Amino acid sequence: MAEVTYSWPENHKARLIGKRISRLDGMEKSTGTAKYTYDINLPKQLIVRALGCPHAHCRVISVDASAAERVAGVVLVHMIKAPGPGDDPVEIRADGTLLVAVAAETEAAAAEGVSKLKVKYELLESFVDDHDLQAAEAKKRTKKAGGGIELDEALGEPGDDDDEEEWEEQKVQELFAQSKYVVEGNYGIDTITHCCLEPHGSTLHWEGDRLKVNLSTQNVSRTDDGYADALKISADEVDVHCEYIGGGFGSKFKPDYWGITAAEIAKKTGRPIKFLLTRDQELKIGGNRPSGFIDVKLGADENGVVQVWDSHHWGTSGFNGSTVSVGNFPYVFRPKNWRRRATGIITDNEPSVAWRAPNHPQACAITQTAYDDLAAKMQADSLDIFLRNLENIDSPEKSLVYAEQLRIAADLIDWRKHWHLHGKGNRRGSVVEGLGIGIHKWGGTANSSNCLLKIHPDGGVESYCGTQDLGTGTRTICAMVLAETLGLPIDAVKVNIGSSTYPFSGASGGSTTVGAVSESHRRAAQEVLAQIFDLVAGKLEVPADKLEASNGSISVVGYSDKSMSWKQACSLIGIQPLEVTSIYKRGDDSPLSSSNVAGCQMARVAVDTDTGVVKIIKMVAVQDMGLVMNRKTAESQIYGALIMSIAAALFEQRINDPKTGAFINSELDNYRLPRLGDTGELVVHFHEPESERARGVIGLGEPPAISGGAAIANAVCNATGVRVPTLPLTPKRVLDALRTAKG
Amino acid sequence: MSQQSSQGVSRRGFLKGSGAAVAASTVVSSTEAEAAAPGLQVVSGETSITMKVNGKSMTAKVEPRTTLLDVLRYQFDLTGAKPVSLDGSSGASTVLVGGKAVMASTTLALAVARKEVTTCESLGGDVVPAAFVEHDAQQCGFCTPGFVVAVRAFLNRHPDATEEQIRAGLNGNICRCGTYANILQAVISLVKGN
Ligand code: FES
Repeated sequence: MAEVTYSWPENHKARLIGKRISRLDGMEKSTGTAKYTYDINLPKQLIVRALGCPHAHCRVISVDASAAERVAGVVLVHMIKAPGPGDDPVEIRADGTLLVAVAAETEAAAAEGVSKLKVKYELLESFVDDHDLQAAEAKKRTKKAGGGIELDEALGEPGDDDDEEEWEEQKVQELFAQSKYVVEGNYGIDTITHCCLEPHGSTLHWEGDRLKVNLSTQNVSRTDDGYADALKISADEVDVHCEYIGGGFGSKFKPDYWGITAAEIAKKTGRPIKFLLTRDQELKIGGNRPSGFIDVKLGADENGVVQVWDSHHWGTSGFNGSTVSVGNFPYVFRPKNWRRRATGIITDNEPSVAWRAPNHPQACAITQTAYDDLAAKMQADSLDIFLRNLENIDSPEKSLVYAEQLRIAADLIDWRKHWHLHGKGNRRGSVVEGLGIGIHKWGGTANSSNCLLKIHPDGGVESYCGTQDLGTGTRTICAMVLAETLGLPIDAVKVNIGSSTYPFSGASGGSTTVGAVSESHRRAAQEVLAQIFDLVAGKLEVPADKLEASNGSISVVGYSDKSMSWKQACSLIGIQPLEVTSIYKRGDDSPLSSSNVAGCQMARVAVDTDTGVVKIIKMVAVQDMGLVMNRKTAESQIYGALIMSIAAALFEQRINDPKTGAFINSELDNYRLPRLGDTGELVVHFHEPESERARGVIGLGEPPAISGGAAIANAVCNATGVRVPTLPLTPKRVLDALRTAKG
Repeated sequence: MSQQSSQGVSRRGFLKGSGAAVAASTVVSSTEAEAAAPGLQVVSGETSITMKVNGKSMTAKVEPRTTLLDVLRYQFDLTGAKPVSLDGSSGASTVLVGGKAVMASTTLALAVARKEVTTCESLGGDVVPAAFVEHDAQQCGFCTPGFVVAVRAFLNRHPDATEEQIRAGLNGNICRCGTYANILQAVISLVKGN
């Protein structure tokens, strides 16, 4: 067999790739027959509910479980993070931390059992204010979180006798003195929570010494070791399954401590266990994204090109006291001179976990707002200022791409028609409108992925891959790639994913999955096809390299009469199925995938200056992603990302009571998310010149979820002429900012 | 929450039950109680009720505090309606009772005795799920069954809805993945009849 050269079909030859293909499991999802972890009911299962700590910071002294144990239907009370009799008190650092689990025959009995637990707490002073850096410093709740400085070489070096920091300070001040425009501002974005609609959790049971877990997870292939470590068994004794997951945006990579608890209770009771968090617990401990607040000073030349950036930002990631990582400040833009510093604040909250495009949305929202304020100060067009500053960005090779994308987005939102200087638009009653921009970047390298492809002698095709479909359409992509390669209709291939018993495939995080499965499935299919071509070539007495697979048959290129149906071809395999396992390792150089995308978003908003309510009129997303695999599901990813950006820009925020530290809006009526009527008109544009296609597959999930917040915040500023500094831009914050501006 | 009071179960009584503290009894009106005694009646402990679910008569064992959602999910293995929020603010547990959309998570099972319940599982032949698939109005899909039923109920009332009415009329459901744009397209296509 000749060595296989991996490649994608040319555009005009592709039947499925790049087309609008409906997701294969759409009907199951739409009619409620798709079984999620929460939906799997095992015979004799017990339901577990847990008591979440009601205090942000306390010591749990003791637990009296006797009344809970007497509740009809309660089978077991199990300590999670609480002392057993005679144990030392346990310190708790976050509202919602799970203390005690109750396993019972029904949800209602488990909940009643939880309500009967009597716990003694010793309250400790809590601290949750992440906005006020000085208050945090006074309480010794801060930690250095990195920083650095880079000055243009033309400024020279400090002399041997100079104090380096003093010299740098002097240079920075000189740069500001030379600047035509100086902008000083502060900006911020609150903590948000993952709020997966299917909460974190599992339905599991033991089969002898084997643990069989249905887990709501983004990491089917690699959570077994987490169970194994905690339960002192080996990873080969754990099987993890997840056919469907009800939302995972970066927080579902591990068993989590409540997953271990479920396995322990299953062991103790000898019964299957279903343990998913309640809504309140999902919001409190299921995962959150760190907040970020910043003091910025920037200096620009007469053209509005930023020459010097100086910032200090802070925020909280909970009790481990970190903040948004400092490496991306200012976001995408990279002036020749910059100094940046970050401080983490230790608050009594659950530590943060990765959220769709970790760090990027916050960095974008609190730095590109400063660039927009430069436009406001100059009384210039924000689009011009963004375009001019493309001469100093962190990936200079992308500046033409951004310029083109900004031009396309401006056309789509009719920028020239609707643009007015900040605060200078027409007013209709109390309503003013405005435009804003954000730009973003992402890596999106394909993750490692292996695929076992089986071709049966009767022509049947089945694949096995331990990946997962978060709703991005992974399952459909696997089928598309196989069917495209083998020249078969999409329903002729049977795709199996969602089990750790299948070949390894990497976790779905960082926009790595479509690339990963495209790599592994294309490789496996091309290898299988080469073997089948050899068999057919022998039979038809033609060279194998003259064969092609299309329309359910293998034929000689240019001679359609010299052909064989797929079924006939497969009968040449012999009596055993043909099996190939492809292996793709992340980072391997490949013609099938690559990384690094750019994108821009623009927002047009209406602000009611009497009520402070912001409404989205229209948002435009322009995005490159290399080779588009499934046009339909790719578009959905971007729509979804725009809506998530609207959520964080206008609606959602974790609110802690300043005195008790309690997370006070942990139900969906108070943890506000946008509804269908809140999203305005959304326009998605794939930026895909031929040069993009040639880059192969690049991950798409995170990038369009980054710059919408900055675009909306800038649009509100453009509308009102007033900067509302902190996202979400709630009506109260808008009104406060308008009042402050009036004096 | 008007569906509860109109069915003879007080909101307060319900909340007590759902809080799972004590819910020893629930007042149900005679037309819905299994034992057809005249006037209002107090039910306590576990009783059997029947309801017509997707056209089939089904029997469930319920306590006064048992929600319709728990009956569907744990006794009938109909898991399309999802437990997302206790207070019904997500719409994920939307089902039809007597043709009206209700949240199964905030509806007591006793209040549904002898009534007709339609869940998304019965909508396989309906145009709504097909439109959801065509317009990719689902990502993770956890909110989707609730949305499908909500759309069905909305279209029953507003078969000729304008885009503006659709935007105003489907705000009882939450989608975390952000499928609203696709749902809007799906519903517009259904109104246009394509
Ligand atoms: S599709 Fe995931 S919540 Fe709606």
